[in-house]
Amino acid sequence: MDFQIAAILFQDGVLTGAVYTMLALGFVLVFTTTRIIFASYGDLIAFSALTLHALQKGALPGTVYLLMVLAVLATVLEVVSALKQGTARRIPGILVIWLVLPILPATAALMVGGMILPAWISLVLTIALVVPIAPLLYRIIFQPIETASTLTLLIVAVVLHYAIAGLALLFFGPEGIRTAPLFRGTWDLLGFQMQAQLVVVVVTAIILATALAVFFSKTMTGKALRATAYNRDGARLVGISTRASGSVAFALAGIIAAIVGILVSSNITVYYDSGLMIGLKGFVGAVVGGFISYPVAAVGSLVVGLVESYASFFSSEYKEVIVFLSIIPVVLFRWLGARHEPEEEEEETA
Amino acid sequence: MSLLEINDVSVNYGAISAIRNVSFTMEAGRIITVIGPNGAGKTTLLKSIAALLPYSGSVAFQGRSVDRLDVQARVRSGMVLVPESRELFTQMSVQDNLDLGAYARRDGAANIRRDLDQVYDLFPRLRERMGQAAGTLSGGERQMLALGRALMSAPRLLMLDEPSLGLAPIVVREIFRIIARLRELDVSVLLVEQNARAALQTADYGYVLETGEIAGSGPSAELLADPMLINAYLGGKKPTSATA
Amino acid sequence: MTIADQEPIKMDARASSYMAVTGVAIAVLLALPLFLTSFNILLLNMVGIFAMATLGLVLLTGSGGVTSFAQAAFMGLGAYTSAYVTLRLGLSPWLGLAAALALVFVVTMAIGYVTLHLGGHYLPITTLAWAVAIHMLFGTLDGLGAHSGIGGLPPISIAGVAMDRPERAFYMIWVTLILFLFAASNLLRSRQGRAIAALRGGSLLAEALGISAFRTRMMLFVLAGELACVGGWLFAHTQNFISPSSFDLTNGLNILLMSVLGGVGSVLGALVGAGAVMVGRNLIQDVLPMLALDAGSLEIVVFGAIFIVLVQYSPKGLSPLLSRWLPPRPAPALPDIKHDEVLRFGRAKEHNDDAVILSVDGLEKRFGGLVAVKDLSFDVHRGTIHALIGPNGAGKSTTFDMISGLQSPTSGTVQFNGTVVTHTPARNMIARGMARTFQHVRIRPQMTLLDNVMQGAHWRLTSGFWAGILRLDRAEEAAYRKTALLALKAVGLADQALVEAGTLSLGQQRQLEIARALAADPEILLLDEPAAGLRTGEKAELAALLSRLREAGMTILLVEHDMDFVMGLVDRIVVLDFGQHLAEGLPDEIRQNSKVQEAYLGGLD
Repeated sequence: MDFQIAAILFQDGVLTGAVYTMLALGFVLVFTTTRIIFASYGDLIAFSALTLHALQKGALPGTVYLLMVLAVLATVLEVVSALKQGTARRIPGILVIWLVLPILPATAALMVGGMILPAWISLVLTIALVVPIAPLLYRIIFQPIETASTLTLLIVAVVLHYAIAGLALLFFGPEGIRTAPLFRGTWDLLGFQMQAQLVVVVVTAIILATALAVFFSKTMTGKALRATAYNRDGARLVGISTRASGSVAFALAGIIAAIVGILVSSNITVYYDSGLMIGLKGFVGAVVGGFISYPVAAVGSLVVGLVESYASFFSSEYKEVIVFLSIIPVVLFRWLGARHEPEEEEEETA
Repeated sequence: MSLLEINDVSVNYGAISAIRNVSFTMEAGRIITVIGPNGAGKTTLLKSIAALLPYSGSVAFQGRSVDRLDVQARVRSGMVLVPESRELFTQMSVQDNLDLGAYARRDGAANIRRDLDQVYDLFPRLRERMGQAAGTLSGGERQMLALGRALMSAPRLLMLDEPSLGLAPIVVREIFRIIARLRELDVSVLLVEQNARAALQTADYGYVLETGEIAGSGPSAELLADPMLINAYLGGKKPTSATA
Repeated sequence: MTIADQEPIKMDARASSYMAVTGVAIAVLLALPLFLTSFNILLLNMVGIFAMATLGLVLLTGSGGVTSFAQAAFMGLGAYTSAYVTLRLGLSPWLGLAAALALVFVVTMAIGYVTLHLGGHYLPITTLAWAVAIHMLFGTLDGLGAHSGIGGLPPISIAGVAMDRPERAFYMIWVTLILFLFAASNLLRSRQGRAIAALRGGSLLAEALGISAFRTRMMLFVLAGELACVGGWLFAHTQNFISPSSFDLTNGLNILLMSVLGGVGSVLGALVGAGAVMVGRNLIQDVLPMLALDAGSLEIVVFGAIFIVLVQYSPKGLSPLLSRWLPPRPAPALPDIKHDEVLRFGRAKEHNDDAVILSVDGLEKRFGGLVAVKDLSFDVHRGTIHALIGPNGAGKSTTFDMISGLQSPTSGTVQFNGTVVTHTPARNMIARGMARTFQHVRIRPQMTLLDNVMQGAHWRLTSGFWAGILRLDRAEEAAYRKTALLALKAVGLADQALVEAGTLSLGQQRQLEIARALAADPEILLLDEPAAGLRTGEKAELAALLSRLREAGMTILLVEHDMDFVMGLVDRIVVLDFGQHLAEGLPDEIRQNSKVQEAYLGGLD
């Protein structure tokens, strides 16, 4: 391996790493606020890629139907719970948030169905169609079992992955897709040849990370989200609804997934069931980061991307194994540094 | 109209009954204390009023039933609990903790800023440590922050669970002095304390909770003089040595 | 005693209905091949095989509190090892099984050794990595068909009969599974099973009872791997064909979702979960085409929706719904105890001098900058009751934890019976003669009082894993059931021995903890707020009990708030304030001490 190949692999690794970084941020965000290891996260990425491809082809993506069904289900659940709590006056607000907002992009997609849209409109429409899916799934599937064990939540997320991948197969068929690249060619940067795609992905990752950092430190909603992650009981005691925090966390994760889906769809071939593997890599990044710290998770994901890139050069057959086994040294390292005193765990309540 | 009406409240953990048929009312502007030994159900009582625990019976606040409201909704309606464990956001700054205290308020930034100043005036130590992470505060400062954060939600009723827990006597005195001053801020206080003497010296009226039931009640001064109570809850001090 | 008169009748009725239901269920099951098509028999064979792997997970998750993604990978290790032994070495499948069990043993020990020290989250995450890696490894085994898999595996022969037809395989698989289910149920009721149950109460409880949380979890992890291994071996030799895709991460996740759907709370959950998932998916595949729907892609969507609704309806899985209708497996009858029979303390009576039994010297504990206990020294004499008092947060419980080994002091020493035990782990203290109770009661609410007390005697019993599974521990169990009942009698709870501990009042739960400590035959009892939550009458009974124990030679160190209780009972008092030794002396001296009045008894004026 000469320097030039190493440099290309490095660029490739940074590109993959930047994608995993965005994913890992979403994983950490969802896990810390809701205790859910969102195994079906990757499916949203696949949905985003497949939706964009369908729009670019001028076809109506099945995402539209999924979105409408979910919106109706969530609205029914919300209205029923409002009636049970005796707060019927909340119903107009519920209808706007849970029904009208998600149905808007679906209606727009139905209206333009069959037309070839300008590139930027299909991008915006893709994002608008994919983002609401995440909070709707949270409301319908996870909120009713928010107090269940982490394992139960994880398994429900896994089953949800199967179900969503099944829907993706139904909507988009078994063929892999690749969208038209948004940016082509290379840019010259300080004498280095940089792939345009790489620059776009890395810049997007940086913007996303910065936006999240500002959101968490400056806005009240962001602070409330952090408060929920640090101390759920404390959050409830100041009047923060942990359910609302969960919805916001999922919505943010949805935004990240939609953007990542668009970014990767021109780089790799996306199939209806690609979500699990992509998601798991982001998960590995989050694990390497200890699953609670955003900066460490970001660095961890970058490392995972680089590992994958170099691993694929030396042995493409084993690249996945190598990526997953990179968890082991991290665990060993933690083991060496761990305190060996009995720890207190939460007891299962009867 | 009473501020708080507790009617026949019972809480069970599985088959264990933690409190049984507790009833009392509380008028606005007063400090009421519930005393009793460890394990008597004092914390359970506060947690059920705050909706942290499911209960049977009814709780009415400012004349309206709050039984169907969850924790957040009760905070918005003006009843706030400062639990024994404080539940601060230890990784966040003092200022952020206080800001989040006002999370549920919808009465405008100006009012919130005014209350923030008021809290900082009440606890000058917190102003000095504004930017510091809550986890780095001392025990007394943490209790002050917990009180301050609760006050930021502009409560009508403040429920305090063992505010003296683990604090040095001098800090305990400071905290109780501030609790007594809350009357001026038009905040009513429901105080649960192990340190029965300090609690009764601060409160207007006291209830004695024993093995989950109200075993007695009376104006604080009367309870402080009750020989039975002195023996059981006021540290076993004999009346003779109490005056010594 | 009244219980001796009533219980046997009730137990017999329960025992016979349990026997009847179990017998009928097994008979129906074994008759099934007579009525079913081969396709359905094959389906049930797969249910049986996956139920084994799921059973491992149910034990690991439901009892040990950790989970694993690697069950399918361990199935694969079993299948591939046996394939190698039979196809490449030409040996019998039975030797293949032996080799497979040995390999899985080594692998699970190695993985468990590193990750189980780290506690909860690390095991699942590492097993995820191993699951992917082991699966990929199978794809590179060129001698065993690599990615495309390998066929021609020989059937298993039992007594010369080849298990080559679906119904023969059915009997082999299901008889094995039923044996495994009974073995697992036996294990959970044995000494090891009580150790596993103690783990669910948090590592602190286990350690205080002399149970190594690490070793117990390790046993469960290895056991889970071996159960999956047997399943994989049966899979290989009944399907005659294996390929890497049968043992991939998806199947690992499938086993995990079987355990969640079945419910990790009972061994039956394994059977229910595997059955519900596999039979359910088959039914959906049959029904969808009837509704003119595309079974290929919709099956998983419909299955997913049903699964999620079921879990939302019953988050602890399906088996709790089922066990409401089934009679529980009956426990052995209570031992007979005579009216005048009392619990004997072997160790406390051995010495009847009043030498120093416990000596604390210069003890200090810092948490970061916070000093919880500072330069604390005191001695406790044999056969006395010693109280540690002070305001909430004075460091009493921290002192208790340091004495009992649950926390390591920053500096200073603790001597017990003349030996320095400062850094001796908690789990070794109970065998040395120190038993304790907790301020926040730690009992197992779903176990009977008797079983809770039996946990206290854990270190005195010797039965291991195999004795538990094969029920070779009956004599020992019977002897210690009697000890436990006598311990319950000592605290006045004998008439509720078979009641679930969760139904007791808080005060009674504290007494149950004392009985559990007594069952350990201690020399010294550490009681953390034993009178909290007791009514006046109960307090008097507790004081009488502690006095009786003192007369029997027991040493008692207690933390207490209730001054009346302390003053009338104890021989000596140490007062703590802000982690510091404030005063020490006889109850009357403490009462008169002005420093104590100021710090502890004083108010605001």
